[in-house]
Amino acid sequence: MASETTITTSDYIKHHLQNLTFGEKQVESTAGNWIPTGEWGFASSAQEATQMGFWSINVDTMLLSILLGALMMWFFRSVAKTVSADVPTPAQNFAEMVIEFINDTVRGSFSGGKNELVAPLALTIFVWVFLMNLMDLIPVDLLPMAVAQGASALFGVDPHHVYFKVVPSTDPNATMGMALVVFGLMLYYSFKIKGTGGFLAELSFEPFGKWALPINIVLETVTLLAKPFSLGLRLFGNMYAGEMVFILIATMYSASLVLGSLAGLLQVGWAIFHILIITLQAFIFMVLTIVYIDMAHQHH
Amino acid sequence: MNINATLIGQAIAFLLFIGFCMKYVWPPIMQALDDRKKKIADGLAAAERGKHEQELAEKRAQQVIHEAKEQANEIISQAQRRGNEIVDESKDSARVEGDRILTSARAEIEQEANRAKDELRSQVGSVALAGAAKILGREIDDKAHTDLLEELVSRI
Repeated sequence: MASETTITTSDYIKHHLQNLTFGEKQVESTAGNWIPTGEWGFASSAQEATQMGFWSINVDTMLLSILLGALMMWFFRSVAKTVSADVPTPAQNFAEMVIEFINDTVRGSFSGGKNELVAPLALTIFVWVFLMNLMDLIPVDLLPMAVAQGASALFGVDPHHVYFKVVPSTDPNATMGMALVVFGLMLYYSFKIKGTGGFLAELSFEPFGKWALPINIVLETVTLLAKPFSLGLRLFGNMYAGEMVFILIATMYSASLVLGSLAGLLQVGWAIFHILIITLQAFIFMVLTIVYIDMAHQHH
Repeated sequence: MNINATLIGQAIAFLLFIGFCMKYVWPPIMQALDDRKKKIADGLAAAERGKHEQELAEKRAQQVIHEAKEQANEIISQAQRRGNEIVDESKDSARVEGDRILTSARAEIEQEANRAKDELRSQVGSVALAGAAKILGREIDDKAHTDLLEELVSRI
């Protein structure tokens, strides 16, 4: 409980970067040696979360991303239910504006003929990623504090050991999960459109022709695998860095009055700039997805 | 910042959202947008057609007005001509009627005059005789002088 009174800047930042992880509880028997307890629960430290291994889940990421996704689907579904070709309601107008924008982008980047999936996929990506990124604009301490205080009041746990990361897209699991789905779709369309032989031929005979087959396979496989990684890590990196800047600005508030007021200015400036970044990152994720799936449709 | 099962959960959530969007969101809204596009195109075409029709109708109306004016002019001139004819005809018939009335009146007058002359002629002898008898104050032989008076009368 000594940490209650003396939270260093480093602790503050680490606390903010830790997800609320649910998994098999671990205890440190000796220094650096963790053993599972057989009980399931929330990790109370970053080390314990790491020790939980793969079969644990970041509850905050899942909760917020599904909440935001459901919000988005609820909005578009409620519009879709009452949609009419007559004079649109304001909500319908907004939904149509978004959909027209997505549709134009898809038409501009996708040349693979008729595909029922790409446009709804692009819409889901753009709006969902945008909403997840948008959580970045909520003041960094607001939701984590609320959750920590709420948990402490309801379950009597130490609020300093309740972690809550507000922006799902600063969790590599979220961005890589989406990128993996996109990767799966790329593979699916590659096999479907080109056939197994065609796809393998593309991997083996490009770009240097059949006499350099091993080099081709290495190059093409790397190219192929780089796509989901670049997709997922670009979004993660941008959002993580943006979140980090917000956290660093937030640490200035407690320094002094001068630094604190400077931090206020900085935060407003960075938030305004960040509006651009979150939109741009959502757009980039969407456009790259369209382009990758379009590439999967192309014969060489 | 650990890679864990969240990766799978997120992928499943993502797939579910894509499926929902593909099935329940995109098609109806796209349908409405296409419908509206078609509606607007139809409306514009209808407006164009309406404009064209209006032009035609205006042209036709002008033609009808022109024809009506011509017809009206014709009718007016015909009526004038007919009026003049009627006036002329009535003038003629009036003249003829007048002439007829005049001649018949003249004939009647002549007849009346003749009758009066005859009557006068028949009475003048006796009047003269009576006058002469009064003047002479004596009896005159009626018979002897009647012949003389007859001759006198015939000379009148």
